[in-house]
Amino acid sequence: MEQHLPVLQIIVPLIAAPLCLLIRQRTLVFTLALSVCWATFAMAVMLLIRVVFSDTGAPGSPVGTVIIYQLGGWVAPWGIEYRIDALSVFLLVIVSGIGAAVLSYAPLSISHEIERDQHYLFYTAYLLCLTGQLGVVITGDLFNLFVFLEISALSSYALIALGAKQSRKALTAAFQYLVMGTIGATFILIAIGLMYQMTGTLNMADMASRLNTFSGPRTVLVAFAFLTVGTSLKMALFPLHAWLPGAYTFAPSVVTSFLAATATKVSVYILLRMIFTIFKPAFAFEFLPLDVGLMVLALVGIFVASTVAIFQTNIKRMLAYSSVAQIGYMVLGISFASVTGLTAGIVHLMNHALIKGGLFMAMGCIALRVGSVDIDAMRGIGRRMPVTTFAWVLGGLGLIGVPLSAGFISKWYLLNAALEKGWWPVAALVLASSLLALVYVWRVVEVAYFQSPLEQHSEVTEAPLVMLIPTYMIIGATLYFGLWTSFSVGVARQAAEVLLGVTP
Amino acid sequence: MMAGFYVVISRSNLVKKVIGLNIFQISVFLLYITMGKVRGGTAPILPEDVKYYQNGQPIPPEGFDGWSNPLPSVLILTAIVVGVATTALALALIIRIREAYGTIEEDEILERDLET
Repeated sequence: MEQHLPVLQIIVPLIAAPLCLLIRQRTLVFTLALSVCWATFAMAVMLLIRVVFSDTGAPGSPVGTVIIYQLGGWVAPWGIEYRIDALSVFLLVIVSGIGAAVLSYAPLSISHEIERDQHYLFYTAYLLCLTGQLGVVITGDLFNLFVFLEISALSSYALIALGAKQSRKALTAAFQYLVMGTIGATFILIAIGLMYQMTGTLNMADMASRLNTFSGPRTVLVAFAFLTVGTSLKMALFPLHAWLPGAYTFAPSVVTSFLAATATKVSVYILLRMIFTIFKPAFAFEFLPLDVGLMVLALVGIFVASTVAIFQTNIKRMLAYSSVAQIGYMVLGISFASVTGLTAGIVHLMNHALIKGGLFMAMGCIALRVGSVDIDAMRGIGRRMPVTTFAWVLGGLGLIGVPLSAGFISKWYLLNAALEKGWWPVAALVLASSLLALVYVWRVVEVAYFQSPLEQHSEVTEAPLVMLIPTYMIIGATLYFGLWTSFSVGVARQAAEVLLGVTP
Repeated sequence: MMAGFYVVISRSNLVKKVIGLNIFQISVFLLYITMGKVRGGTAPILPEDVKYYQNGQPIPPEGFDGWSNPLPSVLILTAIVVGVATTALALALIIRIREAYGTIEEDEILERDLET
């Protein structure tokens, strides 16, 4: 049983998805989906313990172990293998953890936002999306990665379109995401094809050893270009973020919480894998100036997206633009190409997943009671639903990067990485960008606490406990990881060391 | 490939966009298929009366020097399925958009959104 954990991680939600479609009965489907989500989380944690905290390796060997699972017993590179190292397992835990917490909160929220006869479809698509994201992270085969990426993407288009009950714009947003997402995925497909042409293998580890990046023909360069653009589209790196605000704004609250927390992170993971495991930093950063390119895009993205966020009146859209900015921080961390920089980027993957997941969940609670996510509707909401609003504020503080919050940890490591290289201007820009976050978070706080409640909201009460508890679980986790960093930073550093091939 | 990409960007009719997307994807599929062809090679299916070289490799039938690589075709079979799913989902979305807006022209949809 235990040696089959890697594949069970994928198969359990994959089989549960069509089961949901067959069962149809709402409570049964929910129970099944919920238990499957928590089971995947438990499996991810077990894998984490085995990869990160096992001390089977000889002293001085690279930290942690790598679990390799051969599907059907076919030896790689002929068969598909699942390969779990510190980075994959970190992402596995984040994705499955957020997936389980968000689903626990789902039933009440979707009963207001999605047509009743579509609920079982929601759970089906949700489980498929989860499967796809876990698959991308776990697989060691490039083509398998593409297929899982498309599974998660297709189901997320469907999930976003479920927002059509509330606003018909959800349909156009989903369509736009579909077009952009498919272009991105096809770019990745071209790159995989070209890389296969050069090496004759699809296994990532095998390809890394065979790819002649320096003296080989130009095909490698072309493949690398397609891959970078394709993944940037998928992870909404500025200026390829056009699909994101619409998709996040009009999707149902539950879907937004899940996608905002996980979808873009998984794409960042693909970028990390490609640059560091397959093409190697020497090619990407020294031979090609990708580090400078990424850094400029990241910084411009942080400033432009944060500024745009300040002027939004729809809070979900504001948070969506803030997500684009936060992707900038992760990419900035990657562009340093140092252990500290990568640690910052990877730790921010997790911190931002928690913060943004928590914020969107709190928004979902507010949307449930107030029926709107406009800033005007939030007047005086701090007095009507103090507990929910407080969760939002805690999340907002994390977004700014106030000490004792998880966001502070990411920024702290980013600053360290910048100063390590002596790049003062970059450090200054990171600090300055936090002020922009302060502005857009403060706007909401001001409206929520310092303006008198609207007449028509006199009946508004606190969100139900079944929604508040998962929200506070996630928000509580952001505080927890702001204080106790040995897990998050420890694993992130381990992942960074594995990626850079540094032995501590 | 570029033709399909151009159609996706330039057309405002959503169905035409989907057609462009298809052209774009199919050109990539062809890229894979061409990759698998080995010059002088035949389909990698062993005939019943196949003979073997001394090293255990099967001798290709007369008129061929070797075998083509079947793997890219197999990969593309999967990619085609993904493409079909994407197209189906896109068309389903277009039907819903048409029901909600009464049009499938992108600029008219934008106008109608601005009106409300």
